[in-house]
Amino acid sequence: MSGPLVEVAGLSVAFDATRAVREVSFAVHPGECVAIVGESGSGKSVTARSLIGLAGEGAAVRAAALRVDGRDARAFGDRQWRAVRGARIGFVLQDALVSLDPLRPVGREIAEALRLHRTVPRTEVGARVVELLRDVGVPEPELRARQRPHELSGGLRQRALIASAIACRPALLIADEPTTALDVTVQAQILDLLAARKRDGMALLLISHDLGVVARIADRVLVMKDGRIVEEGPAERVLTRPEHPYTAMLREAADPRPARPAVRIGAPVVWARGLVKAYGARRAADDVSFELREGETLGVVGESGSGKTTLGRLVLGLLRPDEGEVLIEGRPWRDMSARERRAVRRRVQVVYQDPLGSFDPRFDVRRILEEAIAVSGLPRPARRDRAVELLEQVGLDAGLLDRRPARLSGGQRQRVAIARALATRPKVIVCDEPVSALDVSVQAQVLDLLARLRAELGLSYLFISHHLGVVRQVSDRVAVLKDGRIVEVGDVEQVFTAPRTDYTRRLLAAIPRLPEQQGGDHGTHHDGGRVRSADHG
Amino acid sequence: MKTLWRHWTSPRFRVPRAVLVRLGTSLLVLWGAVTVAFAALHLTPGSVEQALVGPNTITPQARAELVTEYGLDEPLPVQYGRLVGRMARGDLGESYQLHQPVAEALGSQLGPSLQLAGAAMALAVAASLTLALLTAGRGRLVRGLSSGIELVGVSIPTFWTAIVLLTVLSFQRGWFPAAGADGVTALVLPAVAVAVPLTALLTQLLRDSLELALDEPFVLTARARGLSDLAVRLRHALRHALLPALTLAGWMFGALVGALVVVEEIFARPGLGRLVLTAVEGKDLPVVMGAVLVTAALYVAVNIVLDLLYLVVDPRLRGAR
Repeated sequence: MSGPLVEVAGLSVAFDATRAVREVSFAVHPGECVAIVGESGSGKSVTARSLIGLAGEGAAVRAAALRVDGRDARAFGDRQWRAVRGARIGFVLQDALVSLDPLRPVGREIAEALRLHRTVPRTEVGARVVELLRDVGVPEPELRARQRPHELSGGLRQRALIASAIACRPALLIADEPTTALDVTVQAQILDLLAARKRDGMALLLISHDLGVVARIADRVLVMKDGRIVEEGPAERVLTRPEHPYTAMLREAADPRPARPAVRIGAPVVWARGLVKAYGARRAADDVSFELREGETLGVVGESGSGKTTLGRLVLGLLRPDEGEVLIEGRPWRDMSARERRAVRRRVQVVYQDPLGSFDPRFDVRRILEEAIAVSGLPRPARRDRAVELLEQVGLDAGLLDRRPARLSGGQRQRVAIARALATRPKVIVCDEPVSALDVSVQAQVLDLLARLRAELGLSYLFISHHLGVVRQVSDRVAVLKDGRIVEVGDVEQVFTAPRTDYTRRLLAAIPRLPEQQGGDHGTHHDGGRVRSADHG
Repeated sequence: MKTLWRHWTSPRFRVPRAVLVRLGTSLLVLWGAVTVAFAALHLTPGSVEQALVGPNTITPQARAELVTEYGLDEPLPVQYGRLVGRMARGDLGESYQLHQPVAEALGSQLGPSLQLAGAAMALAVAASLTLALLTAGRGRLVRGLSSGIELVGVSIPTFWTAIVLLTVLSFQRGWFPAAGADGVTALVLPAVAVAVPLTALLTQLLRDSLELALDEPFVLTARARGLSDLAVRLRHALRHALLPALTLAGWMFGALVGALVVVEEIFARPGLGRLVLTAVEGKDLPVVMGAVLVTAALYVAVNIVLDLLYLVVDPRLRGAR
């Protein structure tokens, strides 16, 4: 094989005072898949973007070497970079809903790349767009090419985005979290698609926080933390015998152990009977019945659009079912007066995926909590003490009281959201994707917190998530939703080890798995162990 | 009745239903405009008959005849009813002062006004698009400078701009005619005077929304595809920035009408603005009512066109109800 497609040495990127990337060196060779793994803020995306000269506005990029196709890219002007982008290096971003122009048909996005780099004669652009869409597994490509992103499902959008990135047959495709926003089954399809491109000889630089995804297709893995590469080596070795404690921690977090406290399961606190909720012709809930017992965690899994969130809203009494009813501690929402409803609302609280969106950005933590505390009728002077108590309960310092949500980390925000939910001393908390927006290490902490609170306060959780691993970790029982119906419900280990329906089996098979971990020397990191892949040339 | 309602709400009638609702609300707007103008004219001091008579002395008998002729002795609700009835039939009546049919008077003045409004609008749109595309997302100096200029542009009253332009470019330099509506040169100064605040406002809005759009991930994707900065702005970001600008355009039309009154007076241009001004001063009820009706109709028409433009710019709205 010839020399590397891209090669960087001593790459550093700084934004004003913050150094996002520090002294990073690596190379990507033709036909190989290199993965950069790390949590948010580790500098992995900035590193990737530096390779196409788009590190971002105000970025100061320094490098001892930055070569694309053997040419020194440090001296590239705008015109030379544009010739590389899309033509030699394709780039795929995380969420195709926002990464494709929402106002233009997807076919035109693909055509744009083809026209720009004059890949095919003008007259053949249309035919080539259809061919590309077909290649990436989009059914009815002629129709889809004329549709806009909002008319396509998440999986189809991501396929179209990949088609636009590989339209000019670049030698290297950089994929920045290409499957993060997708359901597991769709994620598996996209990974297969990328693997197929790799077999065709395209090199891949995969950016991901998910070790399971990486394990599926990467040849080599670089682990980044705080802007540095802390470990690198063949994927097999790094994933099975991590040397750096950080890698070991990521590995640990990706392979969750159960966080189910030993609690007494009591009588049902939520009882749903024959729930039906239709939106036009689509049934988001279709004859759904279940019960949630005191102290129990009931997991709800399913792909997007399966009715998970609708179910949560029905339980919260925010939606009125077309048929059936939800009983809270034996009393149906339907029969309550507005006054009674308010009282019962205190007993059933909710924690959402994105706490930033559920906080008033102008409120500080104190006001957020005191507003919720006020509902329970506590006199004003006692509210501050209660707010401090709540913060302690969720493991936060009272010093955060005067912070606004924007100045909290993702984990802190979610803890405040939990504290707010606890303010009214609820019996039931509906957790709607409570950790999906968090880094894996933070995810583990928040899950531990939820487990502890459950044991201490005897809470019941309705735990909604598309992340099957997390659901398995925290739930006692699990309900599998598909098209608004519960297709399977039962003890969590039973469902995960011996699923009774094909749908559950397919869902479980799609979870990216890590290779078995081998003994390894956790916690010891020696720089000499940073083995570079031997099969470069 | 029930079947009728079912047809009305069925999806097959989505388009005709939308058209009917739109027509209904448009008529409502016109009726509202006429009513408000009628009330305003009768609430301001001075009687219509006095305005009719003017400074001339007149015998009580002649005065009584005048009052009966114009129906001014009837109670206000009756006068109002007659007015709405006439307007509904499309009869705008006859001017008290000009002694010619209102429709004729309006017709002759509408042309020059539309010319001026169109020219000012085109100027404002072209200038603000250029400015916004050039300055969006640039360095702090460029942005600071341009937003400073825009602030000044929004703040300057139109009459002041008009007088300064007139003094410098017309009286001192003699480049443009000072009055009248003959030819393109006579259009330049009034159009600029009207366009200045509109341009400033529109530039601010366009730049803000362009900058929002330029921060979107799809712009990064487009750049990663190899698109140049200008192409990214023109092909991707601009369309997103146009949506809020369209919303503003509806309001701008209203501001335009107000500016016309002032500018037409200063440049002694014939037009709707001047016609209305004299009519209000002279309590020329039919002319005021006619002008109000025409302006309101134009306003409704402009907003219907804007609503259609929304669908062209953002096809996602087509599916929505």
